[in-house]
Amino acid sequence: MSDRIKAVVSHAALYLVAAAFLSPLAYMLATSLKPAAEVFGSPLRLWGSEIRWQNYREAFTFLPFARFVANGFAVAICGTLVVLVASSMSAYAFARLRWRGRDHVFLVFLATLMIPQEVLVVPMFLLMRQLGWVDSYQALIFPWAFTAFGTFLLRQFFLTVPQEIEESARIDGAGTVGVFLRILLPLAKPALAVLAVFTFINYWNSFLWPLIIINSVDQKATVPLGLQLFFGQQSTQWNLVMAASVISMMPTTALLIALQKHLVRGIATSGLGGR
Amino acid sequence: MLNATVALTGRSGRRRGDGRAALAFATPSLVGLALFTLFPIVMSLVIAFFHWPAVGDRQLAGLGNFTALAHDPVFRRALFNTLLFVVLYLPLNLVVSIGLAVWISPRMKGRRALRVLFFLPVVTPMVANAIVWRLIYQPGGLIDGALASVTGAHAPNFLGEHGWAMVAVVAMSVWQGFGYNMLVFSAALDAVPEQILDAARLDGAGNWHLFRRVTLPMISPSIFFATTMTLITSFQVFTQPFLLTGGGPGVDTETLMMFVYNEAFSVYEFGLASAGAWVLFVLILGVTAAQFAGQRRWVTYDV
Repeated sequence: MSDRIKAVVSHAALYLVAAAFLSPLAYMLATSLKPAAEVFGSPLRLWGSEIRWQNYREAFTFLPFARFVANGFAVAICGTLVVLVASSMSAYAFARLRWRGRDHVFLVFLATLMIPQEVLVVPMFLLMRQLGWVDSYQALIFPWAFTAFGTFLLRQFFLTVPQEIEESARIDGAGTVGVFLRILLPLAKPALAVLAVFTFINYWNSFLWPLIIINSVDQKATVPLGLQLFFGQQSTQWNLVMAASVISMMPTTALLIALQKHLVRGIATSGLGGR
Repeated sequence: MLNATVALTGRSGRRRGDGRAALAFATPSLVGLALFTLFPIVMSLVIAFFHWPAVGDRQLAGLGNFTALAHDPVFRRALFNTLLFVVLYLPLNLVVSIGLAVWISPRMKGRRALRVLFFLPVVTPMVANAIVWRLIYQPGGLIDGALASVTGAHAPNFLGEHGWAMVAVVAMSVWQGFGYNMLVFSAALDAVPEQILDAARLDGAGNWHLFRRVTLPMISPSIFFATTMTLITSFQVFTQPFLLTGGGPGVDTETLMMFVYNEAFSVYEFGLASAGAWVLFVLILGVTAAQFAGQRRWVTYDV
């Protein structure tokens, strides 16, 4: 009996901790619905004198935030497609094809995983200047699309596919391309989905690189850069900034919920999403 | 019969032809990696030995950038701040994430929802997280407002006072980041066989003893993985201090990555910035190597 009481108390305390943990996000949501004049001030109130849904509309008109959201989706979707195509192709070459020097090249691939992205920003900026890509969408998409991570993850997955499946497809007349497109890719759907979700989230959230490479923020900013722009305004409009912040976390939250079943195992097997 | 056919027509015949196909399949990644990773890393090493302004002449500087860094009080402070951040952030992150992973036990009802919930700030844009915490820390914000409502007294200006600013940055970062490690540990705990725990309990092990002597060693590979990953990322801390404090008050929270950013994109001293980035990189490599060298003493792989 006392064990059960303990368990109930522990469970209840855990939910209290969870509620406290969520309070910053609740505060974000509450502030996003307050009138501007009531953001500060004591006594502290969770809700303002009215619930102002129009803050969300104003957030979209105050700055070209709709543009930032569209940019964010475009960049994240294009980037994710490039990552999926490039890394599934090379993963196939590393996992299922035989060629000289394969394992040495793969070691170089792996070694690049250790290079922190942040150390590359200065030469990457100079490279972009050389290519004439400063302040462009392609500069937001391509430079970070070829990290070895996706290749590594999908190679691990392709290695688990039994050789017999591939061989029977070859007997049925499938060539190298056919095996890749019709056998391996469909089997790899779960791994591809996990990779896609986390790649999308990384692109959507990326801040340092857009901050460096985008000059015409009004047109080309993605969401985090746009948020910072709100924030840099004279006398920050906190209620609008919070509304924009809530909008910024909607796609990532939706993806997280969609992925929840696979979250723990996805993290465990892949080390994805690390920060 | 079937196997023999495969061996004859399939394997040997196919393998000779794989070279060209492999090249075609690997080319996008190889070209991308060469252009966007290998080339920049070599470039950054070259740049670090040059006086390299955004416009105008480049000059070979030898070790000049590195000696300049060694004498630069801001760089030295940024180095100190970065180490301080890591020393505070890493243990806090590990304690909170292990603690919660154990608390949300593998058989608890609603555990999946709880895990998702604690993971939420990890996938939320860091900028959004940082901005709401700026409001929380602000005089008149959540902490100050709540304190004033309850006690009438005011909270310190967390982001503006010496001594508080770094603590505030660390606290926000732990809130934001621990969910990832928590999931790593949850996965490891899910994999601990129930029989082993039962056997230890039968032997009379108490809860703490069980945790310390059985659970921890069993998840030690995950602790090693999490420690290594967290070390690497926390040395590169940028967005949180950049948005919360702007490196202030003074240079109290300026980190190495902020130093690199400022030198490169405010002052346009690419040489100095690259040298700073290499100091950061070598620091990360050194700590990671030390981690790997030390792992034998505490990581148990064979159970």
